[in-house]
Amino acid sequence: MKRLVILGAGTAGTMMANLMVKKLPKHEWELVIVDQNRTHYYQPGFLFLPFDIYQPEDVIKPINDFLPKRVKRIVAGIDRVEPKSNQVLLENGELITYDLLVIATGCNIAPEEVNGMMSDKWYKEVFDFYTYDGACALRKKLQTWEGGKLVIHITEMPIKCPVAPLEFAFLADAFFTEKGMRDKVDITFVTPLSGAFTKPVASKQLTYLLKEKNIKIVADFAIERVDSDNRKIHDYGGQEVDYDLLVTVPTNMGDPMVARSGFGNDLNYVPTDKCTLQSKVADNIFVIGDATDLPASKAGAVAHFEAEVMVENMMHFIEGKPMRFEFDGHSNCFIETGHGKALLIDFNYTHEPVEGSFPLGGFGPLKLLKETRMNHMGKLAFRWVYWNMLLKGVPIPFVPATMSHAGKDFSAIECD
Amino acid sequence: MTTTLAGKEVNVNAEGYMTDLNQWTKEIALEIAQQEEVTLNEKSWQVITWIQEQFKNEDALTIRKVGKSGVTDIKEFYELFPNGPLKKASKIAGIPKPVSCI
Ligand SMILES: Cc1cc2nc3c(=O)[nH]c(=O)nc-3n(C[C@H](O)[C@H](O)[C@H](O)COP(=O)(O)OP(=O)(O)OC[C@H]3O[C@@H](n4cnc5c(N)ncnc54)[C@H](O)[C@@H]3O)c2cc1C
Repeated sequence: MKRLVILGAGTAGTMMANLMVKKLPKHEWELVIVDQNRTHYYQPGFLFLPFDIYQPEDVIKPINDFLPKRVKRIVAGIDRVEPKSNQVLLENGELITYDLLVIATGCNIAPEEVNGMMSDKWYKEVFDFYTYDGACALRKKLQTWEGGKLVIHITEMPIKCPVAPLEFAFLADAFFTEKGMRDKVDITFVTPLSGAFTKPVASKQLTYLLKEKNIKIVADFAIERVDSDNRKIHDYGGQEVDYDLLVTVPTNMGDPMVARSGFGNDLNYVPTDKCTLQSKVADNIFVIGDATDLPASKAGAVAHFEAEVMVENMMHFIEGKPMRFEFDGHSNCFIETGHGKALLIDFNYTHEPVEGSFPLGGFGPLKLLKETRMNHMGKLAFRWVYWNMLLKGVPIPFVPATMSHAGKDFSAIECD
Repeated sequence: MTTTLAGKEVNVNAEGYMTDLNQWTKEIALEIAQQEEVTLNEKSWQVITWIQEQFKNEDALTIRKVGKSGVTDIKEFYELFPNGPLKKASKIAGIPKPVSCI
């Protein structure tokens, strides 16, 4: 009997378990999945929690509900992978051997990377919304906050769902407007990038929206420290920004398990072939989702595209054939802009987000890079798609792994 | 496209970043530095050499990496190349503008 071990039962790990169960014959392969949690968090919902658009129960479900019966569940912390002996060591001392390994341990915030970020003001005046605890704490804060300087801040790239901080700014604008206190809140968006977004074409569009919503932007801000006593953030270049309420996205890092295994990069991401998704650590280790060092967005939708490619490549690997299927870095995401509207962007390793329309079965066409109500409905529908299709590895109609050029205006793009 | 730097014709992109490191010389670096209003000292040259090595090894450049390079720290890097050190240092070193990621 051979064994496939999947590390992490988040978005990507759960998807892989569902897909591989269908591919690997029962009498030949055993499937094992390891995660420290019993709860699956719908992380895209963390954006909506602080504004009472979602309730905590909307974003949590038992991990077990999404795993096929044949897959053996182990609830334990992973200490490290030992690629030379094809073994995984668990924190409880147990050893599991594997023939094939999938690393899907994601990434998490590391606020301790910035001086002063973790102080006695953490979750009092300084918050993150990238964790369940952070989003819930911020929700409570916003219910009674009387206004002042709200600073939304990105520490350093890469972060998962790179548009989430911008969406947070847009939703905050809408939230305070609806509460009738927008005039009491001064919103500033602080980023280490030179503009609102990493991709120039989208950045132009998004900068316009910020202006329209009266949100100030401070760019090229490389944070040095948080002075939580005087409520200021300082950058290495000498800039400083005052806040009353700081909503920051701390440095994102791969799980320390990767560092303990001795193969992570400086942010604990696993070196991965950007086309085949095979790790550069060992041939029988594949990596998916936020745990990789790929130059693609860290997003659930991307993990979904990766899974399609990776399943085929893993089957080729098992059969001793060369790997054929290539991932092109395809990403798409809705950008919630507040007041019931959203944008949709679609891009890959080499193509910038473009204008046009995006075909989504029974739903579209959704307008790319244009603020519409339909896109907002798409974003909310994503939760249903996530729980009912994405995690279970059900193909999402009309959304192929590689980027479709149909219906898009490519004249606006520059390829490098 | 091409432009003339230090009397030589070199390939650059629309933003003025060199696209062929083989064409780079110290004289060119000095001219770009002047355009960017950066004065180079001995330390700056060490940083430039280190940056070029990263590029040759295909290692993506980040502020964090510079901080851990052993050549300089982030604070000093900002003093050496004020206002957007990563972009300026890359331009002077003759490598493409760092894409901080997606
Ligand atoms: C605020 C926010 C908004 C987002 N919005 C969107 C969006 O609109 N669209 C979109 O597509 N994506 C969005 N994302 C990103 C998306 O949630 C992630 O990209 C996706 O969940 C990544 O899946 P993953 O499986 O790689 O990691 P995860 O889902 O994070 O799973 C990792 C799993 O590994 C486990 N694990 C890690 N280390 C260990 C260890 N040592 N021992 C045991 N278990 C371990 C963890 O417990 C976890 O269950 C958003 C994320 C955030 C935070």
